[in-house]
Order: sequence, then C-alpha cells, then structure tokens
Amino acid sequence: MSDLLEARAVSRSFGGLQVTCDVNFKLAAGDRVALIGPNGAGKTTLVNLITGDIAPSEGQFFMGGDEITDISIPDRVRRGLVRTFQTTRLFANLTVADNVALAIMQRKRITRRFFSSATELPEVRAEWSEILSHLGLDRLAYRKVIELAYGQQRLIELAIGLALRPKVLLLDEPAAGVPHDEAPKILEAINRLPADIAVLMIEHDMDLVFKFARRVLVLAAGRLIFEGSPDDVTADHEVRRAYLGSYADARRAT
Amino acid sequence: MSEIVVTRVPHKRSIPFGQEAAGALSIIALGAIGYFLYPDDLAFLTRLIGIAFLVLSLDLVTGYCGVATLGHAAQFGVGAYAAGIACVRGIADPVALLAVGVFAGTIMGLISGALITRFRGLPQLVLSIAVGQLVAALANKLSWLTGGSDGLSGITPGKVFGIFNFDMYSRTAFLFSLGVLVIVFVLLQRFVRSPFGLMCRGIKDDDLRARMIGVSIYPRLVLMYGVAGAVAGVGGALTAISTGVVGLDSVSFERSAEVLVMLVLGGAGHLWGALAGTIIFMIFEHIVAAANPFHWMTLVGLLLILIVIFAPRGLIEPVLALFARLKRKGSAA
Repeated sequence: MSDLLEARAVSRSFGGLQVTCDVNFKLAAGDRVALIGPNGAGKTTLVNLITGDIAPSEGQFFMGGDEITDISIPDRVRRGLVRTFQTTRLFANLTVADNVALAIMQRKRITRRFFSSATELPEVRAEWSEILSHLGLDRLAYRKVIELAYGQQRLIELAIGLALRPKVLLLDEPAAGVPHDEAPKILEAINRLPADIAVLMIEHDMDLVFKFARRVLVLAAGRLIFEGSPDDVTADHEVRRAYLGSYADARRAT
Repeated sequence: MSEIVVTRVPHKRSIPFGQEAAGALSIIALGAIGYFLYPDDLAFLTRLIGIAFLVLSLDLVTGYCGVATLGHAAQFGVGAYAAGIACVRGIADPVALLAVGVFAGTIMGLISGALITRFRGLPQLVLSIAVGQLVAALANKLSWLTGGSDGLSGITPGKVFGIFNFDMYSRTAFLFSLGVLVIVFVLLQRFVRSPFGLMCRGIKDDDLRARMIGVSIYPRLVLMYGVAGAVAGVGGALTAISTGVVGLDSVSFERSAEVLVMLVLGGAGHLWGALAGTIIFMIFEHIVAAANPFHWMTLVGLLLILIVIFAPRGLIEPVLALFARLKRKGSAA
C-alpha cells in the first residue's frame, strides 16, 4: 500500500534563510507521529508547506502516490489533508454548531444550496451533534465560538478536523495555551481519533508527546535530525544536544 | 473554570417559514403606516424603498462577506440606466423593465466582484472606488445613450400588470415598490440562512480557515456579488420607473458612501439592520433638510457620531440583544 503522505527532499528558503532543508518523511494509515524541535526549528513552516499555504522551493509532496505539490489548498483538503492551527482559527462569530456544520456541508458538497436552512438540515444536524457529543461539546452547540473558553475552542478545532473526515490530520500544537488541567481532555480527544487515519502532531509538551506518539520526528534548524520511537529519542545524543537536554535529564531524575 | 450552561435543547423545527412570514408582515405593516399616515410623502417613501435595495445589496457583500467597498452605487446605477434606456427605447411593461434592471445589475455585480474580491483590505477598497468612478465616468461620457450630465429623462413606463397606471401621487409606484421589497426581502431571508449564506459569513470571519476546510473562496464571493448586483439592480430599476429620470447621482461616489453609512448605522450583517439604517437615515435627512436646509449635514454628522459611540455595531444590535434576553426570560419562566 502506498503511503498516505510523503515528503520528498522538501526545502524552502525565505530570501537567503533556509527554513526547511531536505526534509523526507512518510505517513502511513494509522500512524501517530509527533514532530518536535526547538522554537524556530521550522515546524509550523513544515505544516504550512504540507497544506499548501506556502510552496516549497524544492522537493515534492505526494498523497497516496499522487503528487500534490502544485495543487491548491482546497483541493488538498478535498483529498483528505486536514490541519488544525497553533492559535485557534475558527469562525468566531458563528455558533459552535455552525462551525462544525460548515465543515460537514463543505465535505458533502452542499454549500451551494441557496434556499434551505443550513444548520438544521437533518443529515448535517445528525452528524454535527454526534461529533460534538463525542467531544463533550454538545451543551455548547448554540453558543458563539467567541464566547467560549480557550480550551473549548481548541476542542472545536478538533471537531472541525473530524467533520472533514481526514485521511491525514496535522495537529499544530493542539494543547498550546490550554490550561494544564484541561490538557488531558485534548489528549483524550486525540486518542479517540479514528484509528485508520494518519496523525502528525507538533507539540512542545513532552508529556503529551510521549503519551501520544509511536514515532517521533525531530526538527532542528530546518533539518530532520532524528526519526524513531519515543524511547529512543530521549536517548539520542544529538537530539538531547539540540533540544531535549534538560527535559531528558529531568525525566531520568524522576 | 466557570461555564455558563445553556439548557436550550436543540430546538425542533419551529414554525416553517415563521421568520419569512414575520419579515413580510413587518414590511407590509411599515408600508401601511407610510401609505395611510403620510399620503403626501409617497414619492419620498418610494425613493426610500429604492435605496433600501441598494443598502440590502451592500449588506450582502459587506455585512455578510466582509468585502470593503465604496463603489457599490455602480450596481444600482447600471440597473437604473438599463431599465431607463430600455423604457426610452420602447419597453413599457414595468415588470419587464424590472427584469432588465436585475439582469444588468447582475452582470455589473459579477464584473465588479470578479475584480474587487481578488484583493483584500485597502487595495480592495481602492479598487471598488475605481470601479465606481469608471462607471460614473462612462455614464457621463456616453451621453448619446445615458443623457450624460442632463440625465436620462422621458422614462414613461406602462401600467403595472396592464391595470395600474403610475399616478402623480406615486401611489402605484409606492405599492409596486413595496410589493417587490416584500418578495426580495423574504427571498434574502432564506438566502442568508442557506448553506451558501452561512459559508459567506464564515469566509468573512476567517478566510484562511474557510480555505482549510476546502472552500474555494473567490468563486463564492463573485457569485455573492452577482446576487448583490441583482438586488441593487432591482432598486435601480424601481427608482428609474417611479421617478422617470436617471441622473449621474445614481452612480456617484456620494451615493456609495451614503449607503455605507446607512448600513453601518443600522447594523451590517443583518438584513433588518440594512432596512432600519435606510429608514432612519433617509427620514432623518428628509425632516432635517426640510427644517434647516443649510445645516442639515451637520446634524446628520452629529447623529452619526452619537450612534457610532453608543451603538458601534449598529442600531439593530441592542434591539437583537433585547429580543434574545426576552426569549431567554420566556424560556426560563
């Protein structure tokens, strides 16, 4: 079976600054991969490259064997490549239900209907209420997103991601800015993602990484310097030097 | 974490077409007030309705899609000129003239949209002004067709449905315009709640997010501009039919700016806001201009400053908030 997503020798520079440098990796169905690295390592840039937000200077991306390097953002989404954002980007003035309903309707190709009441379409309604109750958000369905706590907004990012039925889901720091006691809720939601999709998560919180990932990619100064299991990553000398240092020591101490 | 629990259970479908019926009845009631209490002002009220279409149209692109434009009179003016020219050249049936206006407005909307929605922010605003000015300049230069600065006159439409003659008290013109407004308003109420309309509001909130759920934004905005053009075209055609003349003022920059003021005043992003803004601004202007022809603009300016300070999101917002509170009280009791 071909890989769901493949990056082949991807590089990107801004002016003279090489932000991403010869990156290669593959994601297969069921993968749970964490992408870690120090601040400024180019993690979000890599996600932006994958989603088509910025174009690579060199290299290619493939989905299921087809090259997607040159296709538009919406077309990539239609192929099942979905992301969430590091800082929440939601339809802030719409209700939670509308946010999720829009994603569902877009997937079902019914947003060109002009004369039916959007959120209450039966087939759409059934789906958003299921997704929201899955994430424990059902009570908030008719609240405006802008009125909600940040942790709840992060869950809505996930809800939208789920509503798009992704094959590859890119999570850009899903727990960033979430109060510590709420982070487990996010992790729980991530652990309950459909088993057959590939998930790539950028995360700073190493506890979350170790609970989630079965494979870890380490990015430093735009290069992938390590790929392996979570246990190997703390042992790897170069990774410790580049990034983990204190954390690995602390983990050993406890 | 404190969290307000909303116990409002996802409601069952309320009365079908309840909102639409309420909208239609409210407009008819307002119209009846105008018709019976102010029979001498029907020409003014007819003009008000014509402008209301333009403000509704602007609401579709600005209030619902977040497009900044100061050239929206182009759609209105093109509709007005098209209907006027068609009438001068021999089409007399008012409904047919309306169709001509809608068609011309739609085409103009699609062209404007194709240009303007390519950009965002200030470039978009400047481009909208440029498009508006271009249309105004054309209306002036093509005087063999449009009458140029003298205006296009001699528009004498036939009877409505072959029965009702346009009278000098503007009764027919008023009722005809009101009827069209009811129909268009009801259709728009459905339209803005449709999946398409909801998606436009999403695009307004965050267009990158919209693209990231797989939406191609540009064609949608162009399409919305086409719909807005049709609505503005209705207003233009109605104004041409009811006043019998089309002047350069109908495509002017002042017209574009004025309707933007009306929209902000009433509340962008709500159809009722557009309507309320038009009614309040035009009636205020009408009364103050009659009472004090020299300083009326000063008073209009003062009114605007007050409203922007006390109701920055338009007059409709506090009203909606009140309704929401009453509803909550009602469901709690």
